[in-house]
Amino acid sequence: MSDASELLEQARSGDRRSLSKLLSHIEEGGESPVEGGSGTSLGITGPPGVGKSSLIGRMIDVWTERGESIAVLAVDPSSPRSGGALLGDRMRMSNADSSDLVYVRSLATRNHPGGLMDCLTPMVDVLAACGWQNIVIETVGAGQAEIRVVAFADRILLVDGPDRGDIIQAEKAGIMELADLIAINKSDLPDAERAANAVRTALSVGADENTPEVLLVSAHSGDGVEEIIEALSHTTTTKGRESLRVRERLISAWDSTLLSSPNLESTLAALETGSMTLSQAVEQIRKGV
Amino acid sequence: MRIVVAKPGLDGHDRGAKVIARALRDGGHEVIYTGLRRTPAEIVRIVMDEDAAAVGLSSLSGAHAVLIPRVCEGLREAGMGDVVVFAGGIIPEQDRSVLYEDGVRAVFGPGTTTSEILEFLVTLEQRAEAGEPRGVGEEAGWHW
Repeated sequence: MSDASELLEQARSGDRRSLSKLLSHIEEGGESPVEGGSGTSLGITGPPGVGKSSLIGRMIDVWTERGESIAVLAVDPSSPRSGGALLGDRMRMSNADSSDLVYVRSLATRNHPGGLMDCLTPMVDVLAACGWQNIVIETVGAGQAEIRVVAFADRILLVDGPDRGDIIQAEKAGIMELADLIAINKSDLPDAERAANAVRTALSVGADENTPEVLLVSAHSGDGVEEIIEALSHTTTTKGRESLRVRERLISAWDSTLLSSPNLESTLAALETGSMTLSQAVEQIRKGV
Repeated sequence: MRIVVAKPGLDGHDRGAKVIARALRDGGHEVIYTGLRRTPAEIVRIVMDEDAAAVGLSSLSGAHAVLIPRVCEGLREAGMGDVVVFAGGIIPEQDRSVLYEDGVRAVFGPGTTTSEILEFLVTLEQRAEAGEPRGVGEEAGWHW
């Protein structure tokens, strides 16, 4: 039996340390002992500071009260300069460190746009195989790379806040099309209702079955958290959203191929000196793979 | 290296811990910051879930002599004797030898430079390669 399947065996019997070691093994590019695609996940994303981690903390409370288990994969960016990362999501999830029903693992993107995505799906599969009932992937929805991370989830909850400028900002981010449900957090603040209405109005233009529901919630007071969980339990992804996600996944796999190409360095050097045009560069990389 | 930076006990001052967390990140490490007021049992749980190789405990309130050994004991009991424990903050000289005997591998006081802490981590990596003890459950004796 390989090390990974031994770890899986122990993780299944409830040994958290083996589960952690197995996730590290996958994060470092190791083979997963679990069949691919067997787990399902909920992606939670949104701009920095809207209260994603705090909301997940509240959702954890609701799930644990029902006796359901929760595993969270909290993704934060690595510093492009040092390669290090500061992972602070779990500090907002106050009950994450005491209940046996909760497992929180912080992940750094490690500057591989495709690399992390390659390991997220197998991690979800491993968590599902070990019996975790609710599997959440949390990511900051601040740019294309993060949107691609969340596109790997089976359902997507977009969290936004009332104090983030106008709705055009949310639309620019390009993530509203992917979301199955939109939560406007901080409903305890005066402008939340207005923000929710602005999002609803924006979505009402050309509304169809792909248009997500917009709910108000307060991670501060806990108001609306049960409703979010309820809504998620009967929200299914539409074909339109699913195909957008497949598209994002393909682009992410493509990025990964590009960045791991053996011709990458030589092509970059040729581009810098001007001895090659961009379209020649693309041709060269495609030939190399 | 994956490193947990934790604040055990009721001490509410975390500027130092945050500065260290950032310095470690800038040194290329992945740092998991726990936030304030964690119990020793919670810290052990976090180190386990995050599969961290080391944990840094920051204490400024005088509870180090009780809380740090509890974290060390908890790690050993959970079978994580290979995890490195180091400490920082206000820990008087006369309290340190007890901590070293308990498997703590470094105590960084005021005035420590961030590059010194990074050097300590490099030394840890060298010790791991050489098979020399560094974890909280391994042979005590060596410390920074």
